[in-house]
Amino acid sequence: MTALTQLPSGTERSSPRARWGRRRLLPYLLVLPGAAWLVLFFAMPVGQLAAASLYDPTGSISTGYAPAWAFGNYPAALRVYWPQFGRSFRYAGMALAVALVMGYPLAYAIARKAGRWKNLLLVCVIAPMFTSFLVRTLAWKTILSDNGALVGLLRDVHLLGPDGRLLATPIAVVLGLTYNFLPFLVLPLYASLERLDPRLLEAASDLYASPLATFRRVTLPLSMPGLVAGTLLFLIPATGDYINAELLGTPNEYMIGNVIDSAFLIRLDYPQGAALSFLLMSAILALVFGYLRRASPEDLL
Amino acid sequence: MSRVFRWCTEHWVMGVALLVLGYLLLPIVVVAALSFNRPSSRLSYDFNEFTLDNWRNPCATSDMCDAVLRSVQIGFLATVAATALGTLVAFALARHRFRGRSGLNVLVFLPMATPELAMGTSLLALFVAGGVPLGFWTIVVAHVMFCLSFVVVTVKARLTGMDRRLEEAAMDLYASEWQTFRRITLPLVSPGIVAAALLAFSLSFDDFIITNFNSGTTVTFPMYVWGAAQRGIPPQVNVVGTAMFLTALLLVFATSVGGRRSRRAAEPGPRP
Repeated sequence: MTALTQLPSGTERSSPRARWGRRRLLPYLLVLPGAAWLVLFFAMPVGQLAAASLYDPTGSISTGYAPAWAFGNYPAALRVYWPQFGRSFRYAGMALAVALVMGYPLAYAIARKAGRWKNLLLVCVIAPMFTSFLVRTLAWKTILSDNGALVGLLRDVHLLGPDGRLLATPIAVVLGLTYNFLPFLVLPLYASLERLDPRLLEAASDLYASPLATFRRVTLPLSMPGLVAGTLLFLIPATGDYINAELLGTPNEYMIGNVIDSAFLIRLDYPQGAALSFLLMSAILALVFGYLRRASPEDLL
Repeated sequence: MSRVFRWCTEHWVMGVALLVLGYLLLPIVVVAALSFNRPSSRLSYDFNEFTLDNWRNPCATSDMCDAVLRSVQIGFLATVAATALGTLVAFALARHRFRGRSGLNVLVFLPMATPELAMGTSLLALFVAGGVPLGFWTIVVAHVMFCLSFVVVTVKARLTGMDRRLEEAAMDLYASEWQTFRRITLPLVSPGIVAAALLAFSLSFDDFIITNFNSGTTVTFPMYVWGAAQRGIPPQVNVVGTAMFLTALLLVFATSVGGRRSRRAAEPGPRP
């Protein structure tokens, strides 16, 4: 706020020309520290990640890596970890499908049916984020546990075999992803359904549209901006997540995040980790910008 | 029969919505319940026996409380820095036209569209290449970076939603620029700044992925939980989880009641 406070103090005395100069300078002064931070600690690191992904893979963290243009790191890493890479997108996509089935009715009910309970229900949607992500994910371990009520019930109704389980299966990981990122989908969807003019729905039914036709031809197209924003806000963290795979799954459910984590922190294979990480980032950003060409970025923010 | 049918067609959406809310809230109930649990063994996640011991002795495992304290310190520093820098950027973006504005918009947007995994590994690559020792301060630097964009977006939304005519009226009434800023602009924006700060703190306090790559041997609360998940979770972790939840709930409730009261006070017209 310092730049703001300095500005007007001298305005009475200074000449119009000096005032004009300071006015023009002001936005740059305001922006400088924040932009510098983002350049130093966001843009530069991404550049360093790209450089690290091209390091000579024969080096090691103790002897040092020789900078090189080893583009071979990319196909080499993908050959080994293609299953995990594909799994990340598959699980995130499956979780998104479940989240849409759950989240759309929820957002719709809060926006159009809740009346005076609207704010309370909204607080309930964000309430999970009030407590720690990891602690909540561990709670799923209790809910899905082999001795738990849920597994017992599913075994009794023969949806699960007598020694069937939920924990340590792909189902647990997908359910965990759905749970953790559902609010990010619901909130933008709610915002765009809330803006929907109810007279349009009345008009549709006055014109003999069935409820289904009204939904398909009026509600759904008008909620598209929220749907796009929510989908992105869901997919970005879900694809890169590895906490659910680690805590609720087994190595058979490992996603690309587990591989990148171990490449950087356990195996210390920086070129490989950097190549996978850069690849994930490019894939996600391509997805985001592909989507955004259909909707304006303002809807995302 | 047809009345039942009509009732169902009108209310099924609400029914589904309540079921989904149940799914969202169930883990919190479980966390609260487990905070009163005496587990049968270190690696057991099942409810065994009711006890108040965990609440009486939240710091029975002292490294957990150290980790919570460290997370609060990091969250505080990151919040102050990110809120200050982000608010300035938001003012510039909302109030000024300048060269590089659209580029800056992209720079602010990108960290929110990049997976945390990529940001965490990028920073690690930079710190290692630069020979920076990992620890408390590298975590703070990383947290300021990813909180900054969220602060900019939150404060900017508040600024663009503000009625500019109030400031013009103040200037017409011979308030200086500084007076206008202090008496009109700042009070109107401050709810946005407070909301941004709360958001930044909760993002920082709960961050695991970026912290995991840049912490070295420093242990924050999420890092502690992650490590403990392998060795066996002390039930006090659930006490911290429940306490966090209650604190946040209280804050939300207090701000909404406070907001309603000040709105009512600001409303014109006769009062009883």
